[in-house]
Amino acid sequence: MTSQQSRDQLLGAYRQMKMIREFEERLHKEIMTGEIAGFTHLYSGQEAVAVGVCAHLEADDLIVSTHRGHGHCIAKGCDVKGMMAEIYGRSTGLGKGKGGSMHIADFQKGMLGANGIVGAGGPLAVGAALSAKLDGKGCVAVSFGGDGSVNQGAVFEAMNMAVVLKLPAIFVIENNGYSEHTGADYAVGSKDIAGRSAAFGMKSIKADGSDYFAVYDAMGELLDHARAGKGPCVAEFETTRFFGHFEGDPQKYRAKDEVKRHREEMDSLKIFRAHVLNDRLLDETALDAIDADVLSLIEEAVSEARAAPPPQLSEITTDVYVSYP
Amino acid sequence: MAIKSYRDALNEAMHREMERDARVFVCGEDVSGGAGGTSGEREASGGIFGVTAGLLPRFGEGRVIDTPISENAIVGLAVGASLAGKRGIAEIMFADFLGLALDQTMNQAAKFRYMSGGKATCPVVIRAPYGAGMNMAAQHSQTMYQIITSVPGLKVAMPSNPADAKGLLATAIRDDDPVVFFEHKALYGRKGEVPDGDYLVPFGKAAILNAGDDATIISMGRMVVFAEKALEGLKASGVNCDLIDIRTSSPLDEDAILDSVEKTGRVVIVDECPPRCSVAADIGAFIASKGFSSLRAPLELVTAPHAPTPFAKELERAYVPSPAQIDAAVRRVVSYR
Repeated sequence: MTSQQSRDQLLGAYRQMKMIREFEERLHKEIMTGEIAGFTHLYSGQEAVAVGVCAHLEADDLIVSTHRGHGHCIAKGCDVKGMMAEIYGRSTGLGKGKGGSMHIADFQKGMLGANGIVGAGGPLAVGAALSAKLDGKGCVAVSFGGDGSVNQGAVFEAMNMAVVLKLPAIFVIENNGYSEHTGADYAVGSKDIAGRSAAFGMKSIKADGSDYFAVYDAMGELLDHARAGKGPCVAEFETTRFFGHFEGDPQKYRAKDEVKRHREEMDSLKIFRAHVLNDRLLDETALDAIDADVLSLIEEAVSEARAAPPPQLSEITTDVYVSYP
Repeated sequence: MAIKSYRDALNEAMHREMERDARVFVCGEDVSGGAGGTSGEREASGGIFGVTAGLLPRFGEGRVIDTPISENAIVGLAVGASLAGKRGIAEIMFADFLGLALDQTMNQAAKFRYMSGGKATCPVVIRAPYGAGMNMAAQHSQTMYQIITSVPGLKVAMPSNPADAKGLLATAIRDDDPVVFFEHKALYGRKGEVPDGDYLVPFGKAAILNAGDDATIISMGRMVVFAEKALEGLKASGVNCDLIDIRTSSPLDEDAILDSVEKTGRVVIVDECPPRCSVAADIGAFIASKGFSSLRAPLELVTAPHAPTPFAKELERAYVPSPAQIDAAVRRVVSYR
C-alpha cells in the first residue's frame, strides 16, 4: 500500500507530523513562561492520525475538530503562524485572538474549527456531510473526536443520523486512552469503540494510530466507501498523548513510566522514520532537512506572535453578527 | 393581499425561499412524515402542525429531510451544513425541546462567527413552535425565547400575525446570522391579510399597531393578540394606548420603545414568559435606565407566574397572561398619580 504514495507525499506527511510535534513541544515550553493564557490541549503523540487522515483529503473536503485541535489544523493546511498568533491571543491570529487554542478555524481551508465542547463536532460534521452530499461532488466531512466523545449523546445522535441519511461522513475516533483524567477502559462501557460504532450500521475499522501508514491505509479504505456514496464510516485509532489533558495537568492517573514508555514505543515520528528508511522510501538527509526547516519556522512563528499586537478593545463587540441593526 | 392563516403564511415563506435559493433546505422530525413505515404515503404529516406541508413533493428528499428524534443532531445538521455554505432550516417540534439542542444552538451556531474573528457565517434558521394555551402541560408549552434572547450571536423573532409570519420568516432565511424563530402554536390558525409576492419584514423594527397617548403597551407573539383584545375595552372607556409589537427580541427596536415611552410616560409590558429574566424584565430594565426621566408611573409587567405551565385548563387559563390582566395593568398605570 505504501508504494502508492509518492516521495513528495511522504515528505509532505513527515513535514506535517514534524510540524505538529514541534509546534506542541514548543508550546509546552512557552506555556511554562506564563505568556500564553488559558487552556491548551496538546496533540503530541497523535500526529500520525491527523496527518494520515488529512493526507487523503482535498481542499473541498471538510473537517471538524476538537479541543485538542492543533494537529488537525496543521494537517488540513491552516497557517502555522496564524495559529501560533491565535494561541498567543494576538490580533494577527486566525481568529483575531477572539477564539484561542480551542477555537482555531480556517473555513477557506475546509477546517470548520476546533471545538471546546466534547462531542459537538459529530452533529456539525454530519451537517457538513449533508452539504457535501447536496453538492454531489464526492466530497466528504470528517469528524475528529476522542475516546471521551463517543460517550456523548450528541455523537450517538450524529452517528445514527449519518446512517439514516446515508451521508459521506467519516467519524475518526482517536483513542488516546483517556477522557480527561478517566481511563477509556473505565468510561467506554463496551470497551470497544469500533464495535459500538459498527452497531449503528456503519463500516468500521480499528488501526494503530501511531503508525502513519496504518492510518493512511485505513482511511483510504473508508474514503473509497464514503466517496462512493455507500454511507458513513468509523475509524478507531489507538494512540497516546505525550502530555496531560491540558497543560498543567499533573497526570496522576497515569503510571509513572507510561509517557516515557510511550515516547519510546509509540512515537509516530520514530515509527515513520524507521519505516521509510528501512524500505528505502526516503533518505535521512531529506528528513533532517525538514526537521531543521520546521524548527526555524516554529521559531519564527513564536517570535512573530510575541511581537504582534493584542486585539483592539473595540473588537470585543465586533464579529458577533454579520449585521445587527 | 390575500387572507391566509399564520400557518399558511409560514409555509408560503418556506416555499418561496426554497424556490428562490437552492441552498435552502428543511430538516426535522416529521417535516414531511411517512419516511419508512407501512402505509406507503410518503408525505404523511408535513410537520405535526402542518407548517412544512407540500415541501417534500415540490423539493424532494434531498432538501426536505425527515430526521430521527435527535434534536441536538437536527440543529447540528442544519448548523454544520450552513457553515459549509447551505442555508438550513431546522424544525424543533416544540420549543421546549431546545433544551436538548442548546449546545448546537448557543455554543455552536451562536459563536462561530465570533470565535473565527468574523470568518464564519452560519445562516441557519431554527424554527420553534412555542407557547401555552393548548393544555400541553409543562414540557410542551414554554416560551423559551427569553433564554435564547440572552445569547449574543443569535437573532430571535416571534411573529404575532400572518403577514409578519411570512415577512419575518423570509427575512430569517435570507439573514446571514443564525435566527431562532418562535411560532406560537395557538396562532397557527389565526387568519389575516398577507401581502402577495416577495415580502420581507426587517428585524429590529417594531410594529406600532395602535397609536394613543395614555400609555404604552409593549408585547410580542400571541400576547399582542391579547393586548389588542384588551385595547377594545380600554378604548370603549376612553383610554387609548400605543401598542408596540416588538416582532424581534434580538435585535430590539429600542428607538420605537423610547419614542413611545417619552410620549406616554406610562408603560405596560406583556410577555408570556414567567417573570424572572423574561423579555418583559429585559425591556423593563432598558426603559428604567434609558427612559427614566419620561416615566410617570411604575412599570407594569404582565407575565406568567414563576411556575411551570400547568395542565388543567382552569389552571392554564389563569397562568397565561389574559386580556383582563392587561386591561387592569393599563388602568393602574393610567390612574397612577
